[in-house]
Amino acid sequence: MGKFAAWVSYLIVLLGLPHLFDSVLAITILNQMAIAIVFALSYNMLLGQGGMLSFGHAVYFGLGGFMAVHALIMIEFQTAYFSIILIPLVGGLIGLIAAIFVGSFSTHKAGTVFAMISLGVGELVAASSLIFVSFFGGEAGVSGDRTYGPSFFGIEFFQDAEIYTLSAVWVFVSTVFMYLFTQTPAGRMANAVRDNPERAEFIGYSARRVRFISFCTSGFFAGVAGGLFALNYEFITEENLNAVTSGRVLLMAYIGGLGYFIGPIIGAVVLTLMNSLLSNYTELWMLYLGIMFVLTVLFLPRGFAGFIMMHQTVWLQGKLSTLILPYLITGIPAVMFGGSCLAAIEMMHHGVESFDFLIFALNPESTFHWFVLVAVGLTSFYACRRTLGQLHAAWEEANSVGDQNKGGPSQ
Amino acid sequence: MLEVIVFATLNGLVTGLLLFMLASGLTLIFSMMGVLNFAHASFYMLGAYFAYSISQKLGFWAGLIVAPLLVGTLGALVERYALRRVHAHGHVAELVFTFGLAFLIEEAVQFFWGADTKNYRSPDLLDFPLFTLFGQDFSAYRGFMITISVAIFIVLYYVLTRSRIGIIIQAAITHPHTVSNLGHNVPLIFMAVFGVGTALAGVAGVIAGPVLTTFPGMAIVLGSIVFVIVVIGGLGSLGGAFVASLMIGLLQSYAIASNLGVPDLLNLLGLEFSKDHPLNDLWTLTLPQIAPVLPFLLLVLVLTFRPTGLAGKREE
Repeated sequence: MGKFAAWVSYLIVLLGLPHLFDSVLAITILNQMAIAIVFALSYNMLLGQGGMLSFGHAVYFGLGGFMAVHALIMIEFQTAYFSIILIPLVGGLIGLIAAIFVGSFSTHKAGTVFAMISLGVGELVAASSLIFVSFFGGEAGVSGDRTYGPSFFGIEFFQDAEIYTLSAVWVFVSTVFMYLFTQTPAGRMANAVRDNPERAEFIGYSARRVRFISFCTSGFFAGVAGGLFALNYEFITEENLNAVTSGRVLLMAYIGGLGYFIGPIIGAVVLTLMNSLLSNYTELWMLYLGIMFVLTVLFLPRGFAGFIMMHQTVWLQGKLSTLILPYLITGIPAVMFGGSCLAAIEMMHHGVESFDFLIFALNPESTFHWFVLVAVGLTSFYACRRTLGQLHAAWEEANSVGDQNKGGPSQ
Repeated sequence: MLEVIVFATLNGLVTGLLLFMLASGLTLIFSMMGVLNFAHASFYMLGAYFAYSISQKLGFWAGLIVAPLLVGTLGALVERYALRRVHAHGHVAELVFTFGLAFLIEEAVQFFWGADTKNYRSPDLLDFPLFTLFGQDFSAYRGFMITISVAIFIVLYYVLTRSRIGIIIQAAITHPHTVSNLGHNVPLIFMAVFGVGTALAGVAGVIAGPVLTTFPGMAIVLGSIVFVIVVIGGLGSLGGAFVASLMIGLLQSYAIASNLGVPDLLNLLGLEFSKDHPLNDLWTLTLPQIAPVLPFLLLVLVLTFRPTGLAGKREE
């Protein structure tokens, strides 16, 4: 039972991580990851599995989050009485209701029409959230307190670590359900409608209905993610339902890999790490994120997960070891080239003051430093270009017996 | 009252024509490649920033000529070396790519020019009131903006419908293979159209920069509205885009100029609500408040009830 083992290890990793990394920063990052994973998976349900490109997915995340914070407030003032472990469910239900409403007119068509409607709805909701101050709290947002309500077996959820455990359970349950959804007839038909709506209609399925079901389910889980956000931060602002958040989830799912169930999880983890760790080292991390995203779309259309899965045939044939040396020969100059580009960007950004780049102390005013940098950059670029051929040959060789794989790496 | 209407109309015209300059390129590119270029407004922003840098050294007029050329070249390069590669992966990948490009250009602009607003100014030559109406000045620069936009519209119309190259472009949109068989280099035509489209966005940026302020968020402010126009006008339709541009420009301008709102409606109906009604925000809504939302409301309505837009062709 490989699948069962995979799920068990997923749960162990989720619950075990805070014991490995138990600093305050690590717990904060883990909490962000938990939220991002559910959100990105719900997005993949739309784009990856249903073929619906949405530019307004944050609407369901945000509305769920806002309602969750209001639920926290209601618990605090004792107008409602339930344990806060159910807060993500509140978010999910609101996400579902919003998705049922929007989906009723937006799922007629996939493709550009759907993308444009999602953009329009996203802008509408984001703009209205600034107008209706009593519910959305205007620029400042609304805030609650998660420590009220009945305690859950003695846990009061004062600590972030306790919230993480709660989030981890929610993440696991959501992941299981989202995976199970892909196995249901509705999930299978979503794939069919994505690939060829006309044929799906001919076998007797309403493409619109299939899209509608995916859309609502996706809205529900986005709302759950919003609820987790509310629990973790205890406040939520307009920024959580506007285009920036919608764009970020698209980035996560795409960089991770749309075609694979595990892709968005990878994307969520990588982007959260970049977001919280890289921003400590450089002010330019958003620029790097943009570069990484564009390069991913250009060279790895199936994302990180696709890159890993590309090696499946080779791995099954036991030839993975033959690729290590070619990868190193091309990879080292490639990394050096990337590094010198980053160093150049940082040097331009820093202007006059010296700074530390990895283990080097760089001085933007020194001609010598620039000279070395350009020399390293050009040499490594040349070396990279020259060795691409051998990598390609090795790739072909390793794949020679199995079925043809789409394209070589970085080709 | 009359002066408000006249000035709202004039300002709406300026905005509408400016929007059309962006929308025309976007819709041309869409009809050729079938992809909505999310980064289109980013090229508009680049136009403004290039022109700002050039105007610091050589003055406004040099910027007006050089900046669009630079932007167009950049656009052509993007088409040749990136978009063509992504094209193989389908429309969603293309749309996602242009989305990423928009993100990247905004970050790059902040990297090169900084996050602050640039003091990009209209030329002194046009710094006088063109005419004075009801005691209000209409600046010559706005007149200049209208002139440029109308001139571009006329040139574009004639090139596309009357010239040989325009005929080839139109043929390449509908029958790329036939045109290719006749010996024309279709990929080159695509690249050229993309270049010209982005250059038009660049022109719009150059002339709009001084009025709408040059800052890193200027692409986002206009970008989604241009999208709305292209969709409302009917994807791929130049005439539809023209009508929709003017419509949105005027609509926003009137909404901002008017001071009507829900309270007036309630007064008319003789209704009154107390201040602490839970929907108080709704009862005090005014038109200027919802002006930025109107295009998107229109977008959702049009797409729901007439997905092909005002002048779009029936799908499939």
